[in-house]
Amino acid sequence: MIDTSPSLALVLVAAALAAVGIYLVLERSLTRVLIGVILLSNGINVVFLVAGGRAGGAPIVGATEPEAMSDPLPQAMVLTAIVITLGMTAFLLAMAYRSWQLHGHDEVQDDLEDRRVAQRAAAHEAALGTEDEDSTLEQEAQEAHDDVVGSTPPEGHVRPDAGGAGRVESAEGGDVR
Amino acid sequence: MTPTDDLSWLVPLPVVLPLAAAGLALVLWRSARAQGVISVITLTLVLAVSVTLLVAADAGPLVLDVGSWAAPVGIDLVADRLSALMLTVSAAVTLGVLVYSLAQGVADDNAETPVAIFHPTYLVLTAGVANTFLTGDLFNLFVGFEMLLVASYVLLTLGGTGARIRAGTIYVVVSMISSVIFVLAIGLVYAATGTVNLAQLTYRLPEIDPGVAFALQLLLLVAFGIKAAVFPLFAWLPDSYPTAPAPVTAVFAGLLTKVGVYAIIRTQTLLFPDGRADTLLMWVALATMVVGILGAVAQNDIKRLVSFTLVSHIGYMVFGIALASPAGLAAAIFYVVHHITVQTALFLVVGLMERRGGSTSLERLGGLARLAPLLAVLFFVPAMNLAGIPPLSGFLGKVGLVQAGVADGGALAWALVGGSVVTSLLTLYAVVKAWNKAFWQPAPDDAPRVRLPRGMVGAAASVVALGVGLAVAGGPLYGYTERAAESLRDRDAYVTAVLPDGRGTGRSAEVTEEAREDGETDVVEEGADLEGDGGTRPEGGDP
Repeated sequence: MIDTSPSLALVLVAAALAAVGIYLVLERSLTRVLIGVILLSNGINVVFLVAGGRAGGAPIVGATEPEAMSDPLPQAMVLTAIVITLGMTAFLLAMAYRSWQLHGHDEVQDDLEDRRVAQRAAAHEAALGTEDEDSTLEQEAQEAHDDVVGSTPPEGHVRPDAGGAGRVESAEGGDVR
Repeated sequence: MTPTDDLSWLVPLPVVLPLAAAGLALVLWRSARAQGVISVITLTLVLAVSVTLLVAADAGPLVLDVGSWAAPVGIDLVADRLSALMLTVSAAVTLGVLVYSLAQGVADDNAETPVAIFHPTYLVLTAGVANTFLTGDLFNLFVGFEMLLVASYVLLTLGGTGARIRAGTIYVVVSMISSVIFVLAIGLVYAATGTVNLAQLTYRLPEIDPGVAFALQLLLLVAFGIKAAVFPLFAWLPDSYPTAPAPVTAVFAGLLTKVGVYAIIRTQTLLFPDGRADTLLMWVALATMVVGILGAVAQNDIKRLVSFTLVSHIGYMVFGIALASPAGLAAAIFYVVHHITVQTALFLVVGLMERRGGSTSLERLGGLARLAPLLAVLFFVPAMNLAGIPPLSGFLGKVGLVQAGVADGGALAWALVGGSVVTSLLTLYAVVKAWNKAFWQPAPDDAPRVRLPRGMVGAAASVVALGVGLAVAGGPLYGYTERAAESLRDRDAYVTAVLPDGRGTGRSAEVTEEAREDGETDVVEEGADLEGDGGTRPEGGDP
């Protein structure tokens, strides 16, 4: 029977990495999401090490006795996963940078059409004459309207000026609670 | 290689050809014409290979060990009826979309979209789709998914405009999360069973703890469910698809969600045939159908409307899978084929409408029936097909599902039958609303005066015609899907094709032959005996 009892330390490392990763993925800034994805992927890669069972010698015929070898297959799979994660990291970084170029921040934005549907719903509500104390839908619709008017997609490469960058920093500073 | 599997050398071609062509197209990035020629020739070849495989696989699964490393140590590619059918439909659709995008590129003739990137990426996408359909290995399935996903990230954010970056952010992050869940599932499958070969998993999974097996099944379902866009995991789709260029959206809508559905079919039938998730899947199917179509009814933008109908109709396929009867599976497979063509056709036609009418908002479109009668026909046919009007293929698929649901007879199955009929009616309502607003209203004064490029119309028309052809060839096609469903239920055929006598020991063919010549008798005959051989897993333990 193969000894498959995993190392507790590895399991704990995987759990901690995954937990921190998931927390960061739920953030709104793309850079934080990116760090979250990296941590999460690395947590899963550690799971593969756990899946390989106890660590042994290098799985090379002649260097190690077959009984004492590590399982090479999970290591091969982890290598593939690491390479894929690397490519994805580069792509997400490029997207975050492009988002900063275009908007001066890298926050995940709301969908405009979703806002428009909310706007219409609010209009219908007003037509029905239901007096809502907390007029959240209406406020949302107002915001949506501003967004729709103010955010015609820029055509060229709009590089934010120094003031824009400064504004981002202050916004980020306000975000840190 | 034995003479019986003499066609198996064809099996890797749908993956290898586009990959090689992608490299070639990248080298020739200066010449858009050369790239176009390469892409068209490659995808035509892939289509020819796929049709050959479709015919050959009807006699039995074709298996190829990659690099002559025998399963379960090596990776194997398997073309059975389901794989070959999916491959053929996807090849036909990708070819049609390619011609459409070529015509669009010629018509636009501007440097706004980097066409140099489009062709290589598109070819990698088709290679990834083919790899997911053909693979007989769970980890290779993940690699196929990643190939098509990475290509789709690039295609979705083509040009890097503000709207596409916004849409791409949602799409990329959600897809990456689903990939992470899939990798986790693979790691846990390996930890529990010591293999990722699908054929070997069929007899190792029943041996492990049933609770663990169920957890693995649910993990895989979540990973594939995000890709297939089933309720409650679909919210990313209508936000991200509509912003991409029309041909890109068309191929995404046609293929990418169906790749998820294919993965669900494959794992549900091959790895987890005991049907413990069927009740859950039925609820998911019902919610997907109803919530999706209600979303479509609320939309005012035709691209988003069609995206929501896409989500909604995934529910039909999940319904067929959840029934887990041969009739249900056959109807689900037929529905997948139908839906790939009809959804691609709709998105291509919507791209033409956007071009002709200058907008995708139903408020701003109007009078297209008079301005462009041919376009009206091209929209009308797939729209009615989607809603399930007889005699089109959507009707055949829905009738098959309803029959299978009634034959099942359970309360939940009856609820699903009702739900599918209501969804069908609401689909009709949604597309008729779009038709009324875009084609019948008086044309707006500022309607642009543009001629639609003949190539784009021709490509869209050929995909629409393919959808109609599915109804014309409905009988033979339905027969094929029924046989495909049978072979899915008969897991032994798949397993013995992948792990035939002797190869299941994990030795390469030559070694096995040598062993036979030496008169060695430990060549394993029965699948169950493979367990004793240790498979891929050497002994652990500290040195």
